[in-house]
Amino acid sequence: MTQYNKKAKIQQFMHYLLLIILTLFILIPFILGFWTSLLPTADISKGALWSSHISLDNYVTAVTQTPIIRYLFNSLIISIITMLAQIIFCSLSAYSFVFLKFKGRDLLFYVFLATMMLPFEAEVIPNFTTVRTLGLLNHYAVMIVPFLTSAFGTFMLRQSFLQIPGELKEAGDIEGLSHWQYYYKVVMPYSKISIYTLAAYSFLSSWNQYLWPMLTTFSDNFRPVQDGLRQLQSQESFNNWGMIQASAAIIIIPTLIALFFGQHYFKSGLNEGAIK
Amino acid sequence: MMENQAKSQNFKLSSEKEKSNISLGYNPYAKDKLYALLFLGPSLLILAIFVFYPMLRTIYLSLFLTNNLGNPTVFVGIKNYLTLLTSSSYINSLIATLIYVIAVSILTIIIGLILAQAATKKVAGISFFRTIFSATMGVSVSVAAIFWLFIFNPSVGLLSQLFTALNLTPINWLTEPGWAMTAIVISTVWMNLGFTFLIFFGALQSVPYTLYEAAQIEGASKSYQFFHITLPMISPTIFFVSIITLIESFKSFGLIDLMTAGGPNNATNLLVYRIYQDAFLNGNYGLSSTESVILAVIIAIFTFIQFKVLEKRVTY
Repeated sequence: MTQYNKKAKIQQFMHYLLLIILTLFILIPFILGFWTSLLPTADISKGALWSSHISLDNYVTAVTQTPIIRYLFNSLIISIITMLAQIIFCSLSAYSFVFLKFKGRDLLFYVFLATMMLPFEAEVIPNFTTVRTLGLLNHYAVMIVPFLTSAFGTFMLRQSFLQIPGELKEAGDIEGLSHWQYYYKVVMPYSKISIYTLAAYSFLSSWNQYLWPMLTTFSDNFRPVQDGLRQLQSQESFNNWGMIQASAAIIIIPTLIALFFGQHYFKSGLNEGAIK
Repeated sequence: MMENQAKSQNFKLSSEKEKSNISLGYNPYAKDKLYALLFLGPSLLILAIFVFYPMLRTIYLSLFLTNNLGNPTVFVGIKNYLTLLTSSSYINSLIATLIYVIAVSILTIIIGLILAQAATKKVAGISFFRTIFSATMGVSVSVAAIFWLFIFNPSVGLLSQLFTALNLTPINWLTEPGWAMTAIVISTVWMNLGFTFLIFFGALQSVPYTLYEAAQIEGASKSYQFFHITLPMISPTIFFVSIITLIESFKSFGLIDLMTAGGPNNATNLLVYRIYQDAFLNGNYGLSSTESVILAVIIAIFTFIQFKVLEKRVTY
C-alpha cells in the first residue's frame, strides 16, 4: 500500500515537472518580453536582465512618442467593423443556403466552397489594382471592404443552421413569420454560440492582417497595429528594445483579454468544426 | 412603380396558375428568389470582386510580361512558368518552403498533442495550465516576431547569453542560413500551439472514458493506451489540424518579413515572400502572378483533400 502511494506520488511529481517545462516553453517569450519592457534600454543593450531602475518609463515613451495608441485605435475600428459585417453577411448567406429554395442554390454553394481554396495571398496584385482604381488606398475602407464577407464563415454558419430542428421552421411558417423574421427571431438566437465563434474568428483574423495593410496603407492615420509595430521596429528605435517590448505589451493586452473572456465559446465553436 | 407592377403581374400569374391547377396549392417558395437575391447578393458581389475576378486576372497576368503599373504588355504564353521552374533560385524557394511547412506541421502536431495530453490529467491547478497552453492564440504575428527577435538576438538575446554561460560559441541565429530557418520554424510552431492545443484538448475530451477503463482492467500500459486508443480515436482531428497547419504555413509571410526578410542568402525566401518581392519591390508583376498561380494550385490541392475527407466524415 505505501509503495503504491509512493509510486503515485512520483508519478504526480513527474507530471507536474512535465507541465512546468511545457509552461516555461510557452511562457518564456511572454515573460521575457514583459520583463524587458520594464527595464531601461541602456541596461538591456548591455545584456543585463536585471536593473536597479525598474519602471513603466518605456510605456510612457511608447504612448507619448510613438503613434501606438493611434495604431490600436485603427485596428479596433477595422476589426470591429469587419467582425460585424461578417456576422451579418455570412449569416444571411448561410440562411439562403439552408432555408431558401431557389434555382442554382447548390451550384452557388459550391462556388462559395471553391473560394475557400483560393488564398488571398495569391491575389494581392489584381486586388491592389482594384482598390487603387476604387480610390480606397490608404483608408480604413481598404482593409474592410474586401473582407466584408467570408466563405469560411458562411460555411461554418451553414453547418450550424443545418442543425436547427425542422419543427421550428414549420412552427414559424404556421405563425406566418417571414424569412426575415425567422432569421432574426429564431435562427440567430438559436445559433448564438456559432455566431460568437465567428465573431472571435473574424475579429482575430482582421486584427492579425499583415501583408494587405502593409501594401495598402502609407500613413499612421490608418495603419493598423501589426504594421505599426513593423514601422516602429524599422525606424531608428530599432535598438530601443525596452520601448519596442512595451509597445508589444500594449498591443497584446486587448487580444489576451478577448481570448480569456471568449475562450469558452471559442473552444466549443472550434471543436464543433473540427471533431464532427 | 416598376417593382409594384412586376409584383402585381407576378401575383396575377401565380393566381392564374392556382386556378388552373388547384392541387398545386399555395407555393411557399415563391418569394425565396427575392430573398436569396437580398441575402446572398452582397456576399456574392464582394467575393466576385475580391476573390474570383483577381484569381482569373492573376492567371491572365501570369501569361504576360507587364509594365511597372502591373498592366500586361507582351503575351508570352507559358514562358513565365518555364522560367520559374528552370530557375534554381525559385526551386530553392520551393524546397525551402517545403522544408519549412513540413517541419512546422510535424512539430506543431507533436508538441500540441503533448500539451493536450498533459492537460487532460485532472491534477490540482490544471485549469491554470490549460489557460497558459492556449495563450499564444492571442499573440499576433508582429508581437511574436518581437518576442523571438529578442530571444534570438546575437548580442543581448537569451539564447546567446545561455550559450556564453555554458562556454559555448553563440549562434548567429538570424544571419546563418540553416539557423535562420530553424529560428523561423521555432517561432511559427510557438505561435501555432495555442490553437492546436485547444483543438486537440477538445478532441481528447471526446474520447469515451470507458475505453481507457477497459484497457486498465486488461492491464494495458499508459503508452499502449495512448498509441492504441487515443491516437486512433482522434486521428480525424489530427488530420484536420495537419491540413490547416500545412495550408497556413504555405501562406506564411509576416514572421519572415519581420525576422529575416527572406535572408540570409534567400534561405528563408518562402513562396509568399517571393510573390511580394517580385511584384512590389522588383515590379515584375507577370512573374509574380505566375508564382501566385503556383501557390494557389498547391493550396487548392490541400484544401480539396481536406474537403474530401471532411465530406466522408459528415456522411456517417
